[in-house]
Amino acid sequence: MTDAVFVIAAWLITGVVLVGYAAYVIQRGKALSRKVPVEERRWTSK
Amino acid sequence: MTAIPPVDAPGAPAHTGSTATRYLGFVVAGGLALLVALGLFISPPSIEQGDATRIMYIHVPSATTMYYGFGLAGFASAMYLWKKTEFWDLLAGAAAEVGLVFCGLALATGSIWGKPTWGSYWQWDARLTSTLLLFVLFSGYLAVRALQMDTAVRAKRAAFVALFAMIDLPIVHYSVDWWRSLHQEPTLARRDPEIDGMLLFSLMTGMLVFALLFTWLLIHRFRVEFLARRHETKGLADAIATRRAEVHLDQSHRSPDVLDASTGAMETTP
Repeated sequence: MTDAVFVIAAWLITGVVLVGYAAYVIQRGKALSRKVPVEERRWTSK
Repeated sequence: MTAIPPVDAPGAPAHTGSTATRYLGFVVAGGLALLVALGLFISPPSIEQGDATRIMYIHVPSATTMYYGFGLAGFASAMYLWKKTEFWDLLAGAAAEVGLVFCGLALATGSIWGKPTWGSYWQWDARLTSTLLLFVLFSGYLAVRALQMDTAVRAKRAAFVALFAMIDLPIVHYSVDWWRSLHQEPTLARRDPEIDGMLLFSLMTGMLVFALLFTWLLIHRFRVEFLARRHETKGLADAIATRRAEVHLDQSHRSPDVLDASTGAMETTP
């Protein structure tokens, strides 16, 4: 593969940023959910 | 401010997920796996740029998703100024943050793609510069949203900042037409697309998967924003109640003076 360093770097950065941001949002949601009454979480399902 | 204890009911799930987001999450995960296979292994290198074209499958979807995010933030901000409802303010904040992530990715992947094709990571070209300006403007928008002040005042100010930032969105899009630019002109938004076959299929797959990923992130981020607002309101109410109780207790210990709870004024008992 030509320009492999650039291709891998671009895909790697994208993957790390997207996975990291998704994990951050989910974790923040979990932390806040514990501090807000369950009736406020209309989307909650088992 | 005192820490707010957990109020979760025993056994109740504490997260921002729902059945719909769970299904959507599985679809997005499968789509991303397909995109990796198409973009890195199945799709052939292009004649002009070789394997560097593989960056296009993440760069172009990142840029189009950035448009969705900022476009939605601008629309929701305008709706907030009209309707003045919390929903539009929260949606604007969530869409702007997710849009900013994809804007950052578009800038980063575009910069990396620029090195093998232009020989430079960065050029002060119209498309690149206007996109960087958009990133800065929406970073400022999120900074305004983080200010500690009355939520209605903050929401109104943030909405105006978003609408101001929106001026740059069409400039980013049309910059390659309006000015001489190193950046290539639109590849797909024309009658005779410059790419076809597996390259076009991979690119369209990337755009679809990123749009679904944006939707999934937006739903979760919106719910986080909603919970943060509830937590902020509850924390403020608790702090006010605690402070009132402290003042009342302090005054009753020091003198027979009585604090009028309704007005906050002191009254001396005879």
